[in-house]
Amino acid sequence: MKQAVDKLLRVAPAVGVALFATACDLRHSAVLDPKGPIALAERDLLRDAFYVMMLVIVPVIVLTLLFAWRYRASNTRAVYTPKWAESAKLDAITWLIPALIVIAVGVLLWRSTHKLDPYREIASSTPPLEVQVVAQDWKWLFIYPEQGIATVNQLAIPNGRPISLRITSDTVMNSFYVPQLAGQIYAMAGMQTRLQLLADQPGKFVGRNSMYSGGGFSEQHFEVVSLSPADFDAWVAKTKQAPGKLDAAAYTALAAKSRSNPIAYYSAIEPKMFDSIIAKYTHAHSAPIAAPRR
Amino acid sequence: MFGRLTLEALPLYSAIAAGGALVTVGGALVVAIAITWLGAWRYLWTDWLTSVDHKRIGVMYIVLALIMLLRGFVDAIMMRAQQAMALNSGGYLPPEHFDQIFSSHGTIMIFFMAMPFMTGLINIIVPLQIGTRDVAFPFLNSLSLWLTAAGAGLVMLSLVIGKFSTAGWTGYPPYSGVEANPGVGVDYWIWAILISGVGSTLSGINFVVTILKRRAPGMTLMRMTPFTWTALCASVLMAFAFPALTVACGLLALDRTFGMHFFTNAHGGNMMNYPNLFWIWGHPEVYILILPAFGVFSEVVSTFSRKRLFGYESLVYATASIAVLSFTVWLHHFFTMGSSANVNAFFGITTMIIAVPTGVKVFNWLLTMYRGRIDFHPSMMWSIGFMITFVIGGMTGVLLAIPPADFLMHNTTFLVAHFHNMIIPGVLFGYLAGYMYWFPKAFGFELNRGWGLASFWCWLIGFYLAFMPLYILGFKGMPRRMEQYNDPSWQPYLMVAAFGAFVVLLGIGAMVMQLYVSIRDRRKTADITGDPFEGRTLEWATSSPSPAYNFAVLPEVRDREPFLEMKERGVAYRRPAAYENIHMPKNSMVGVAMGAFAFALGFAMIWHIWWLVAACGLAMWIAMIARSSDDDSEFIVTAAEVKQTEDARYRALATKTGATRTGSRK
Repeated sequence: MKQAVDKLLRVAPAVGVALFATACDLRHSAVLDPKGPIALAERDLLRDAFYVMMLVIVPVIVLTLLFAWRYRASNTRAVYTPKWAESAKLDAITWLIPALIVIAVGVLLWRSTHKLDPYREIASSTPPLEVQVVAQDWKWLFIYPEQGIATVNQLAIPNGRPISLRITSDTVMNSFYVPQLAGQIYAMAGMQTRLQLLADQPGKFVGRNSMYSGGGFSEQHFEVVSLSPADFDAWVAKTKQAPGKLDAAAYTALAAKSRSNPIAYYSAIEPKMFDSIIAKYTHAHSAPIAAPRR
Repeated sequence: MFGRLTLEALPLYSAIAAGGALVTVGGALVVAIAITWLGAWRYLWTDWLTSVDHKRIGVMYIVLALIMLLRGFVDAIMMRAQQAMALNSGGYLPPEHFDQIFSSHGTIMIFFMAMPFMTGLINIIVPLQIGTRDVAFPFLNSLSLWLTAAGAGLVMLSLVIGKFSTAGWTGYPPYSGVEANPGVGVDYWIWAILISGVGSTLSGINFVVTILKRRAPGMTLMRMTPFTWTALCASVLMAFAFPALTVACGLLALDRTFGMHFFTNAHGGNMMNYPNLFWIWGHPEVYILILPAFGVFSEVVSTFSRKRLFGYESLVYATASIAVLSFTVWLHHFFTMGSSANVNAFFGITTMIIAVPTGVKVFNWLLTMYRGRIDFHPSMMWSIGFMITFVIGGMTGVLLAIPPADFLMHNTTFLVAHFHNMIIPGVLFGYLAGYMYWFPKAFGFELNRGWGLASFWCWLIGFYLAFMPLYILGFKGMPRRMEQYNDPSWQPYLMVAAFGAFVVLLGIGAMVMQLYVSIRDRRKTADITGDPFEGRTLEWATSSPSPAYNFAVLPEVRDREPFLEMKERGVAYRRPAAYENIHMPKNSMVGVAMGAFAFALGFAMIWHIWWLVAACGLAMWIAMIARSSDDDSEFIVTAAEVKQTEDARYRALATKTGATRTGSRK
């Protein structure tokens, strides 16, 4: 026993250093270091629920170890009650403690789920910027209907302004995921899902498809560039000078399978392109099939 | 003639794939040669393969589970190695191979490791615990086993002929549809699951009827052991949930094979129905697996704390409410599919409610240890390791049950860490605890303690090393199922995780050693009394291994811990006044035959060999009719034969001091 303790003490510093380094590293991890109000609220929710549950997790772990040690067979001084198996009082407590915690977290859950509904637009004095997102094999197309431009694998946004995304897929199911700005939502062919996000400051963030979609899935990431409103306007103006135009033929070429697509810019788009991508799967003449609401 | 099967189906596309095929074929050959060399084919056929004895079927289920555990673990360690090295490079596996590996890992571990392990434990123990001679439908039991084995066989065959699915163990369309995936991979997956799924449904029905109709006199529902209770609840779930899986996979098969449009992108298909159907099975499945493990923990904690189980009724109600609630939570697997806040919040809250009965169980195990006399048998260690580790997984589960938090963590390695945190300490530790606890009952000698403890520590430490880094990587936004990545800050964690998998490998090695050492020392650790651990329940009242008929005279139950009560009353080892003839079911080769036909049928469906489909379908139908019209399916063990067997047992018992005289072996 003593030897084991000595051994533990010897590795303890190394373990301590490793844990400390991990903790420092964790502070900068995407989910725990949000850069916008949506991701921040979701992170805080994660944290609050975590603390509430620690109230029961820690005692259970401590008591398990304590009881295992105290009531070991060799400890004949400990009380031994082989027939004791019922106690109404303890039964009540064992049901009540988890129930109370679930009620507390449940209230948190109900409120936050409504507040952070990805379809609910962010309240703001500036109207949201709409961007249409199309998942393809294995890249992301971003269409800016107001500006009449489009990009591949780069989502530029003005900071401080809410962004309202309409998302679909022109292939299998994908999941649009920018951990530092918002959570994720599936992209599905013939349907449209929505997501709201807002970046507080200028910066660059990683976005990915988190839903396995085939051979090029691992390289299917994109960058989100948050710019000051003036820089964003300049970016739009510059993109409008790009040589490429996204017409039907260019779209077909783009939609073909490709891996590690470079960032691309299109200075013009065919009108209603996003709607026609959805309509491809729903037979434009019939009503869209059971698409998620709104 | 051979559908789409050509020589190109051989796995010559990469050295690693060809190596996998060689190991599979070689392994099968070595086993076949060994059996031939031992001259054991006849013994194997008459005493095992065609047996309808629930104990032998249970052993065969567990042998299957352990073989598939090895295969699934090879997949795991290959994935960990790939991810540890694949920073900005392709590692050593191309995507199309890596993707087959994560798909087969999940499929095997759930359907062909965990399911057979659980079914095996229930098979061996439940009839003994309720004091009966066999399950309600012994032949059906054999059929279930062979259908499960047929499914497992198809997964193994995909290593040698063709490729396996790359669609993950959940097989979501449209990716698993024929347009995105025209090859045979998804078909292998579908038919493995369809065939074994029928087996699981039948097992569920069989156990429900057995437990409800075949209990010994005096064994009221509220006197059943906790393991039997959990087996009953899991079996009800199996009977009700597996049809949903069969439908989901069946519709997907129709889409793929006959050009239908249930789940396709276009032509009126709706992919969203698939995740709904799949998880209407998939969430109860989690509880199908974990409830029996909870049952094992209840028995083990009570036995090795030398104390009556605390809060039995509370535990029973908790088990039953988990079983009911498990059907109300499936949507939490796809909060990110765009449901309204009301729907998401509803399913989030139902999910959290399940945490209440689960929490109750943990407290009950704790209070069972309280004021006990704890013997740290390996089974007890698995249980303690489970309690500490499982609550962490429970906590991350509740985090994922909050929809906005799930938006952040879904589809990341955090999710992977969470469900492994439930399945390894929750399910697998439970089964391994059961394996080490009931092994003497099945084979008549104990498993070596030292190697068991070594295995436990390797598994526990390996688990933490392998999965805690994945939680952290989830916070870093790493999606699951990545063949390579470009973020250098992920790599150190993936290396630790790979090291953790290596430590688990040591744990598996220790299990193999344990088996070897225990078989070598079997005479020293022979279990003469049938009760090596001061047991409390009826399975310990018979000899180890139990005779085919289990109980020479059916026991009469007066307490929740009937065998302990008999020992205390001094009647545990009392000879009955007389024996009677016992009717037992005859062995049957129809189960093996139908399993073989089902295997060939699945193979033919996968490769579109239509004449073989028709031939196998017909053969199965004929086999079923033949079996149904066979009236001569029982034989009689005469009273004299029973007496002979029992006399031998009492002679052996007499060598233990005074066992027969005092009724207790102390």
